[in-house]
Amino acid sequence: MAVARFWRENASRYNLIGTKCGVCERVYFPPRSVCPTCHRASIGKMEPFKLKGEGEVLTFSIVHEAPSQMEMQKPYVIAIVEMDEGVRITGQIIDAELDDVAIGMKVRTTLRKVSDEGDAGVIHYGYKFMPL
Amino acid sequence: MRDVAIIGVGDTRFGELWDMSLRDLGIKAGLAAVYDANLSGDEIDALYLGNMSAGKFTEQEHIGALIADYSGLTRDHIPATRVEAAGASGGLAFRQGVMAIASGMQDIVVVGGAEKMTDVGDVLSTEIQAMAADQQWETSFGATFPALHAMIARRHMHEYGTTRDQIASVAVKNHKHGALNPKAQFQREIKLESVLRSPPVAEPLGMFDCAPVSDGGAAVVLCAMDKARKYTDTPIKVLASAQASDTLSLANRASPCRFDATTVAARRAFEIAKLEPKDVNLAEVHDSYTISEILAIEDLGFFPKGKGGEATADGQTTLGAKLAINTSGGLKARGDPIGATGVAQVVELVHQLRGEADKRQVTGAEIGLAQNVGGTGATVVVQILGRVN
Ligand SMILES: [Zn+2]
Repeated sequence: MAVARFWRENASRYNLIGTKCGVCERVYFPPRSVCPTCHRASIGKMEPFKLKGEGEVLTFSIVHEAPSQMEMQKPYVIAIVEMDEGVRITGQIIDAELDDVAIGMKVRTTLRKVSDEGDAGVIHYGYKFMPL
Repeated sequence: MRDVAIIGVGDTRFGELWDMSLRDLGIKAGLAAVYDANLSGDEIDALYLGNMSAGKFTEQEHIGALIADYSGLTRDHIPATRVEAAGASGGLAFRQGVMAIASGMQDIVVVGGAEKMTDVGDVLSTEIQAMAADQQWETSFGATFPALHAMIARRHMHEYGTTRDQIASVAVKNHKHGALNPKAQFQREIKLESVLRSPPVAEPLGMFDCAPVSDGGAAVVLCAMDKARKYTDTPIKVLASAQASDTLSLANRASPCRFDATTVAARRAFEIAKLEPKDVNLAEVHDSYTISEILAIEDLGFFPKGKGGEATADGQTTLGAKLAINTSGGLKARGDPIGATGVAQVVELVHQLRGEADKRQVTGAEIGLAQNVGGTGATVVVQILGRVN
C-alpha cells in the first residue's frame, strides 16, 4: 500500500485526534467534517479533539485467520473499545493473556507496529490497546 | 408508480466452478431467466448487474457492458449498468430494475448478479471480502470480516444470553435445507458438533459458521405488471423493495447487536406492502455468518430482540415451521457468490411462490421476503414478493 495513504491519517493514528462538534459538543472518532446530528450548522465548527486514550472492552474476537500482513501476529485479539469520551474504536489488544481478555476490561492505547508488508515493505504504526 | 412483476428466473449451480468464467456465469443465468420468461430477447429495455469486485477477483471491470455484449444484447445498444454495494450488490441491482419499471421509464429489464471468486486463493478472497468493511479504521487495524461478525456474536451472547449452540444451530438448519436444493454448494447435512468443532477462524466463530467462497450467477426478468400476462401465467408481484444505510464501521453504531439498516428497510418495505412480519411465509436472509441470520430474523421483526438464537435452535425457522428461513440453504449452504446472492434470494422466493420448489417447497407460500446485506450492515435491501391470485 502507498505510504501516503497512511501518512495522511497519522495525526489520528498516532495521537488519537478525533473531532468535537462546536454546535452539539458530540465527540467523534475517526474525525468527521460534518456532524451527523447537526448537518449544515456544524460545517466549519468541527474542532480537533484529543482523546485521553482510556476505555473498556465492548466486545472482542481472537483472530486465527489473519490477513497476510498480520500473519506473524496470529492468534491476536481484536476489540471494539468504548473510550471514556463515549466514542468506540476498533483495535488490537496486546500484552494480555488470551484467556484474560473479557468484556468490560479496562484498557489504554499505546503506539505500536500494526502491520508489516514484508521484507522490502513498509511498516505501519498506530494505536493498540493494553490492559490498564 | 406502476406495479412490477417477475416473469422469469434463472441461475447457475453455486460452488467452485473451475470450468466457468465470470462471463459464463452471468450469461448462463441471464439466458435461463430470459428463456423462463418466454422472451425472444428483442423486448429487453435494460440490464442491471450486481457485482462486488470483478476487478479484484478477475482483473476485469466494466462488466455491465461485457455481460450485455456476450448475452447478445448489443444490437439494440440497451443500457447496461453495474451496481455495487459489497454483499448487497445483487439486491440493489434488483431494486434499480424495480424502480426503472415502476417509474415508467422501462417496461422489461433483466437483473443479473454474478461473482467469480475462486480464481484467487482463499486468503486473497477473504481480504477482498473484507473491503466491504472500513479499510482505514477497521481492516487495517486487524479486524477481518469474520472477526467483525465474531465481535457481534460475542456481544449478542453477552447481552441476551444467546448460546454458542444456538448460533451453531443456524448452520445445521441451513445445511439441512441445502441438502434439498440441487443447486446448492453443500448438499449434505451437518451435525451441531461438527460446527462447534470446526477450526476457529475468529473466536467464537469457526469455519462452519462462515459462508463459503463461491462462484455463481443468478438472474430475473422484471416486467410492468400490466404487460406480464403476455409472457407468463404465474407472474410474481414485487410488493415492496426498500433500502437503508448505516455507518460503514461497526464500532460507530449505536449497538453492535443489531443492524438498524435492516430494521429501517424492513419497516419501509412492510409499510409499502401493507403487510406485517407475521404475514410472511418464508424469508431468504443474509447469513454470511451464522450470527448474521440471528440478527436478521430479530431485526426484520420476526422474533423479539435476543430471541433469534433460541427460535432457531427450537426449529421455529426450519422448513415445515410457520416461517421458513433460508429454504435455499442460505449463503451458508447454497453458497455466497457475493454479487449473485441478492438476486439468488429472489430466484428462490419466486420458485417457492410459484410452487415449484420441489422437496423444499413451503406449503401454501403466498408472501416471501429477502434481506440482502452489504458489509456489517452498512447497506441493507429488503424485498417483499407475493403470489398473484
Ligand atoms: Zn453536532
